[in-house]
Amino acid sequence: MEELEYPFDAGWILSNRRKIRKRLLAEGSSFVEKRIAILGGSTTSNIVQVLDLFLLNQGIKALFYESEYGRYYEDAVFKNKQLAEFKPDIVYLYTTNRNVTAYPMLSDTEEEVNHLINSQMQKFKAIWEHISQEYGCPIIQNNFELPFYRLLGNRDAFDIHGTVNFLSRLNTEFYQYAQEHKDFFLCDINYISADYGLKEWSDPFYWHMYKYALNVNAIPTLALNVSNIIKSIFGKNKKGLVLDLDNTLWGGVIGDDGVDHIKLGPETSAGQVYLEFQQYIKAQEQLGIVLNINSKNDKKNALAGLEHPDSVLSAKDFIEIKANWETKDKNFNEIANALNLLPESLVFIDDNPAESLIVTGQISGVSAPNIGESHQYIQNIDRNGYFETTYLSDDDKKRNMMYQQNAKRIQLQESYSDYGEYLDSLEMKAAIKPFEPLYIERIAQLTNKSNQFNLTTKRYTKGEIEEISGDDKYITLYGKLKDKFGDNGVVAICIGRKDGTVCHIDLWLMSCRVLKRDMEFAMMDVLADKCKKDGLTEIKGYYYPTEKNSMVKDFYSTMGFEKETESEEGSLWRLPLNGTYHRKNRHIQVEVKR
Amino acid sequence: MTRGEVFQKLNVIFCNNFDDENIVLSDKTSSADIEDWDSLEQINLVVAIQDEFNVKFNIDEVNAMKNVGEMVDFILEKIGA
Repeated sequence: MEELEYPFDAGWILSNRRKIRKRLLAEGSSFVEKRIAILGGSTTSNIVQVLDLFLLNQGIKALFYESEYGRYYEDAVFKNKQLAEFKPDIVYLYTTNRNVTAYPMLSDTEEEVNHLINSQMQKFKAIWEHISQEYGCPIIQNNFELPFYRLLGNRDAFDIHGTVNFLSRLNTEFYQYAQEHKDFFLCDINYISADYGLKEWSDPFYWHMYKYALNVNAIPTLALNVSNIIKSIFGKNKKGLVLDLDNTLWGGVIGDDGVDHIKLGPETSAGQVYLEFQQYIKAQEQLGIVLNINSKNDKKNALAGLEHPDSVLSAKDFIEIKANWETKDKNFNEIANALNLLPESLVFIDDNPAESLIVTGQISGVSAPNIGESHQYIQNIDRNGYFETTYLSDDDKKRNMMYQQNAKRIQLQESYSDYGEYLDSLEMKAAIKPFEPLYIERIAQLTNKSNQFNLTTKRYTKGEIEEISGDDKYITLYGKLKDKFGDNGVVAICIGRKDGTVCHIDLWLMSCRVLKRDMEFAMMDVLADKCKKDGLTEIKGYYYPTEKNSMVKDFYSTMGFEKETESEEGSLWRLPLNGTYHRKNRHIQVEVKR
Repeated sequence: MTRGEVFQKLNVIFCNNFDDENIVLSDKTSSADIEDWDSLEQINLVVAIQDEFNVKFNIDEVNAMKNVGEMVDFILEKIGA
């Protein structure tokens, strides 16, 4: 929803939150449900309400647990039946500098100040360790915002007795803990309060009036930031950018002005702005963000612009370059299709709000922020947190490379008239094995973000995946696929539940990056072998339609299953194993567990 | 701005905030009359009013607003109408 993209009207969001909620629920589809516990050191009621909106906008329907006023410590460290029954997927500790119980006195010795730091840290560490042991879920913890006054003036920053110094030291301790603990994330309210304006952020009116530790008008800013961390943890980050060219990546219209006259480069102020913006876009590549172009231009002009001597970006930085005179929504859809990505996982960046409106109007779920004036492009994109980096997996970093490899595969495919010959030429090798600890995180991530090639769209937490992989009532398989162009990593998952002599396929999914490579056939062969070995005589498959998974509605039929029943809720398929099983994979060399 | 105009704008704020188109405010309307109007909602109303009329209330003023009539009085005083 455009109204919830940065830059937004906080006042409007606050006063219309009930309406917004209804609209999001009506417009959205296929939300993932998550249980979020908010343990606050001050009033959190509005924070919960507004966070709810931003999460819905990110495709997450949250159930909330909210601690009693200020009870974050007690709720976390003491036996808490209610919270245990709630089974949080995430615990968010909303604490602020109002919750620091002791600050240094000017008369304190260095040792005494160190002791104060330690005692504050012990309290927080007790909270974190208890939550992680008791609930085994990721923790989001606020760091501390700076104080709204300074007893020592500027000296407050470096004197060990200064509040600024003290809070900065606590923050550094928090950072170290975050570096050492994987499922622990900081919500950097120190940054966002500075960004918002500390004086406004910590307006004491709201504290004394309602025990809010921040200005109520700042809550949407906080909520967007927290929702970004949460959606990132659950694998719902955006994956790529689709960029306009004229007046977006450079100033001017290249078709009219000519490549020599576009504004780009260090010589002029107008050129510098676009140079810096290109550097910002180029830096996204390190995160594996897939870059694409969608521009109304002749292709040769577009390419000429990218060959401009001061252009930081060049044609090879982009996976899909659509420079033509088609409408932008058409191009946008084609780009998503070519990448095998859902359109909503791409962000559209265009200086012209009318073009953005065409794309968001025609394709639901696409984000297209209002990027403002050229000097504001970076801040307006950045504040939206599309690519919030919670876990920096190797997979993410390599994603861009994988799409480039895919482009090469497509070239190769075009040189073969026979698809089978093309598949053979890829020299594919797969490993298909029971879940292993090394891949648990990736597997859980895939169950949460795969929508298209997903038969049951069942979501699992890391804890559940761990449990299942240790339970011999289940047959679990992950599939890794590599070929001569590169390694795709773990791309296919199957969870079979054994019941008597039947194997029920609770989950069957595959990443769209390996569509039409016969990986699903290789997986089914291994599953059938495993079932036979375990003495099972039948496999039952389930297809539950969602708005996104129609591509697999005939999957089980392709796999040789017979349809048993079909209704609106889905279809049930069976494959008897007592006869001959016809092996399906012909093109992939498979390594299995011995 | 007349008292009537302030009243009208305030009515819109209330309808939005409680997402209820049937709210009709009078001088005497107070938190006892609107089910969802508790101390946590009070802040949302105050924030919305400050935003709409471009005014700032202090703590004493907010504490003194016991019903809609008093809210309107404070708003009129602030905007100097």
